[in-house]
Amino acid sequence: MIHTRGLTRHFRVKDQVVEAVRGIDLDVAEGELVAFLGPNGAGKSTTLRMLTTLLTPTAGTAEVAGVDVVASPARVRERIGFIGQGNGAGHSHRVGDELVTQGRTYGLDRAAARTRAGEVLEAFGLSDMVDRKVSTLSGGQQRRLDIAMGMVHHPTLLFLDEPSTGLDPQNRANLKEHILALRRDHHATVVLTTHYLDEADALADRVIVIDHGRVIADDTPVRLKSDLVGDLVSVTAFDDVDAARVAAALEALAPGRPVQRQGVEVSARIPGGASVLPELLRHLDQQGTPAASAEVARATLDDVFLHLTGRSLRESAMGDASVDTTPSTPTLQEQAS
Amino acid sequence: MTAIATHTSIVFNRELKPLIREPFALLFTTVQPLVFLGLFGPLLSQVTGLPTGSSLQWFVPGIIVMSALFGASTTGSNLQLEMQTGSHERMLVTPLCREALLLGRAFKEIVPVLAQGLLIVAVSIPFGFELEVPGLLIGLPMVATFAVGLGALSYALALASEGNEMMFWMVQQTLIFPLMLLSGMLLPLEGGPGWMQGLSKVNPLTHLVDAERALFAGELTDRAVAYGALSAVAVAAVGLWVGLRMIRRGSA
Repeated sequence: MIHTRGLTRHFRVKDQVVEAVRGIDLDVAEGELVAFLGPNGAGKSTTLRMLTTLLTPTAGTAEVAGVDVVASPARVRERIGFIGQGNGAGHSHRVGDELVTQGRTYGLDRAAARTRAGEVLEAFGLSDMVDRKVSTLSGGQQRRLDIAMGMVHHPTLLFLDEPSTGLDPQNRANLKEHILALRRDHHATVVLTTHYLDEADALADRVIVIDHGRVIADDTPVRLKSDLVGDLVSVTAFDDVDAARVAAALEALAPGRPVQRQGVEVSARIPGGASVLPELLRHLDQQGTPAASAEVARATLDDVFLHLTGRSLRESAMGDASVDTTPSTPTLQEQAS
Repeated sequence: MTAIATHTSIVFNRELKPLIREPFALLFTTVQPLVFLGLFGPLLSQVTGLPTGSSLQWFVPGIIVMSALFGASTTGSNLQLEMQTGSHERMLVTPLCREALLLGRAFKEIVPVLAQGLLIVAVSIPFGFELEVPGLLIGLPMVATFAVGLGALSYALALASEGNEMMFWMVQQTLIFPLMLLSGMLLPLEGGPGWMQGLSKVNPLTHLVDAERALFAGELTDRAVAYGALSAVAVAAVGLWVGLRMIRRGSA
């Protein structure tokens, strides 16, 4: 559905060249749900804007829905849907009018466009707003309308740029439902950018981590978290002697994984940590080394980002957007630094 | 070609929606020309010594052009707002062809020109303005043609200023008042210095105003009418050419 090779975009800002995207190779298959994850300014949106024909690449190629974005941008636009960061609906227009116009834009006749407008209004809980002027809607209502506009024509390839920014948790869950439904009922391919870690985690088949204009990881959330980073297994011993034994046992169970010791607390990142822990405790028991407490912290995508870049996504990027993400457990690198 | 026509009509209809939904907004934008009519017109009749009716006969055609001048030259600010909020970007990713995004908007300018022109005429009649219907039927479309071109230029300016509101208004304001004063719209330029008269000759607005005055006086075959029509068509052609260049330039 999407193939890019060496996709690059530079911007010129006051005599300085900003390399926003530096040679991205990407392959997205039909029906996939892919999330671009990365801090602000990483190049996620710039990449998306090249794929949706809003920006011309500086170098490299991109084929979207079988069409080259540079050679035939108009044909790309016929095949995709796009929900940008801004408000798609014109502020001086009425909600219903904008939805009907959007349908007409994609070739629906007047009656079909009106029917479809009614459907998406209903789906996004905006039926009462049909005659309201867009500028009078609340921020959350406007965002829902943006998403409704982008889904009017049942796109088979949908791009969403930070779709859930400004939505409350309930509407974010609702958005997730709609994205999954679009995929289930219309076999749509979906590409979204997000800096909500939990959203990328819960929604995407594949997470593409972008930093400084490059793809630094590309895999399923499970594999990124478990294989790349591993769960944090930590055991607290009663004294230093026991702690040394715990450390030795951990090293034996997970060779090659660095074991951290802080006083009586011993920890290591181990793929499939939850299934390793019982074995570890059994082993310690047999040795006669009692454990005071034990816990497993599942890796998050933030841990993945930290592992890859040495920076936390939460600190480097989120600012305004981190309010309702789950709190991160402290990680090895944080403790070490 | 049919795609351009269909898409242009979609954009045209979209632009028209807010006008249809809130026709009173149109009345609001006519306030300025009406103020000139009410507060400047009487002064004019005093200065010229003509009765109100005759001075209106001279003044009203200019005011109709003025309302088109202000309406069409500021219309780019609507696009500017849409560039800032994101709806322009949304439309750029739809199958609508780039040309239609400009043409539909520019052609929409016809509607307020006709509505405001009729309103200004209707308001003037009770004060002694004598309506020449054939003049009106030729005069308003001529002003509308001019407004299409000027509207396209205003959209081009909005595109060129890329969301920089300050730049848009600075250019618009800098151009609009010299153009207006050098057209003889408010006061006759016959008594003015030679350089002003020279400048006014190359101002397409002058010819449009002169044509409208001839038309509303019932002199349909006056040479001024031909020159006015030529200026209006020239402004439309240049405006659409510049506007289309700008909207295509921004496309990926």
